[in-house]
Amino acid sequence: MSQLSLKSLSKSFGSFKVFENLDLQVANGEIVVIFGGSGTGKTILLRLIAGVEEPTSGEIQIDGEDATDIAPEHRNVGMAFQNFALFPHMSAAENIASPLRAAKASEDKVMAGVAKAAKLLKIDHVLGHAPRELSNGQKQRTALARALAAEPKILLLDDPLRNVDAKLRFEMRLELPRLLRQSGATVLYVTQDYKEAMALADRIAVLAGGKFVQVATPEDIYLRPANLGVARLFGDPSINTTDTVLSADGRSVTLAGKPLALAADHASHAGKPVTFGVRPEAVSLVKSGIPAEVMAVTPLNERVVLLLTAQGGWELLASLPSSAASIPDPGSTVHLAFAAEGTHLFDKATGERLHG
Amino acid sequence: MDHTSTLEKVIRGILLALVVIFFMFPIFWIFLMSFQTNESILRIPPSLAFTPTLENYIALVTGQMKTAAGSLQLNFMQNLWNSVLLSSASVIISLILGVPAAYAFARFKFRLGEDIAFTLLSFRFAPPLLVLLPLSLYFKTLGLTNTYIGLIWVYQLICLPLILWIVRGYFEDLSPDIEHAHRIAGYSWFQTFRKIAVPLALPGIAAAGLLAFIFAWNNFVFALVLASADKQPVTVGALAFVTASGIQYGQIAAAIIFSIIPTFVLAMFAQRYLVEGLSLGAVKG
Repeated sequence: MSQLSLKSLSKSFGSFKVFENLDLQVANGEIVVIFGGSGTGKTILLRLIAGVEEPTSGEIQIDGEDATDIAPEHRNVGMAFQNFALFPHMSAAENIASPLRAAKASEDKVMAGVAKAAKLLKIDHVLGHAPRELSNGQKQRTALARALAAEPKILLLDDPLRNVDAKLRFEMRLELPRLLRQSGATVLYVTQDYKEAMALADRIAVLAGGKFVQVATPEDIYLRPANLGVARLFGDPSINTTDTVLSADGRSVTLAGKPLALAADHASHAGKPVTFGVRPEAVSLVKSGIPAEVMAVTPLNERVVLLLTAQGGWELLASLPSSAASIPDPGSTVHLAFAAEGTHLFDKATGERLHG
Repeated sequence: MDHTSTLEKVIRGILLALVVIFFMFPIFWIFLMSFQTNESILRIPPSLAFTPTLENYIALVTGQMKTAAGSLQLNFMQNLWNSVLLSSASVIISLILGVPAAYAFARFKFRLGEDIAFTLLSFRFAPPLLVLLPLSLYFKTLGLTNTYIGLIWVYQLICLPLILWIVRGYFEDLSPDIEHAHRIAGYSWFQTFRKIAVPLALPGIAAAGLLAFIFAWNNFVFALVLASADKQPVTVGALAFVTASGIQYGQIAAAIIFSIIPTFVLAMFAQRYLVEGLSLGAVKG
């Protein structure tokens, strides 16, 4: 049985629709990342689930029971806010203790709970401090500890790494999966950082245009994006695209004036205008293929990113391992081949990915 | 700030001194007057050289006013007590009513919410005299004339809108996320109001309370019309110093010094809470 399910959940403010008819089932202990750009309603979705805001229509079920009318204090959820939302007039310890005290736990249990959460998040040494004396990283950890302290069944994390520095974000990205698994809670994690999403999620729900455009495993999202939008959101550098037309037999497309045979058969879409997409990592240099001129070479640690211009002015990026046999110089001409795995065709009209 | 020239410092000093003298001189002069007899006050030209006397204060405390025409009964201490009672009771009631209302107006959208808030504010638009005439008729019928309860009730016209609107602004400045976090942690909205919203808005509540107290303290016309001597505050009571045999300047001055004290003490006390910055650092950005 799914622990949390959203049934055609809608929220609008006046005539402005944030999202409409969202459906999502989250299994016990699963980590689902809600991914989307700013203003797509990710935070509002979490607030609806936490109960501090009311949905316009639809249902939120927790443990199979309709929770839509249950007050936030009775939902047994924990939430960490993007802006931390610590209680400024209480010490870090009292902040973490607050959900335990609300549950009328004995003083021993409160102390033990605080100590446990603090140890887990490595903030034992600042428990006596007021929130304003904490660094951003410590605030964020305190907020997480507070959300975890009462061991809620459902944990809602609203972009908790948004306001911390890059180094800490990287560390937390490594630490969080273990931490969340340990808590055993069902987690809904909001982020707009695709790497965070990929690192943490069992499944990613991509929220765009007021609906979930794809709910799938990180691998699926990356290798089999539902549409061009999703393909563009995941990947750095992002996917190269160019408009072209499927050949009459559906087995090839014309790129930079040259036909390129496709791995899959798209006979049912033959002759259709399509958007050809190829991930920079899927571009490789070969003896003969699509010719392109190297415009710039940018080394990025273990990868080297080339800016290329193919015939007809198609600009694309290629990301090669730094260990590649030969990195071409700017101004030289190279020939390109595209690995089938990182190559996608999207319907030009709808943006949907075409299946072979 | 580090590079202010000596000239700038001097000019700033002079300007500040001028402002202080401008505002403080009357109070200083009144303070001196309160230790003088009527004769030395009315001397022309006025002089700083006089023999200080406690006569004025003694007259106020004992309630015996000696004028040229003989001794008069004074109610001043009763007036002072009335002022304290009326002002504090009305501020306390206004706080009890106004703070939760301000919270409701700040946090919840409800039907006619804005209209009600505006109506409450509009109490302050009308000149008090406009309300007084019908009010005195009602009060006569209800038997509220010359009662503390009636006056405290009327004083809500002064205190409630003030507290409501100032405190509302403070509540609106609090991040709702902090309250949401408290709700999610497992507390009811009332506990959240009590433990999060009120403590965090305390500087605002203290400021509003103090301001309301000063306004209530300085009110004159309500008590003048709706109460008689034994329930009147100092503002009205001061009229007693305008006697048939002349104005008792010395005693007025002493009365003013007396009546400044409670507000002054309250302001000193409230200052601790007026210091802002309690909520700084709680919510980023």
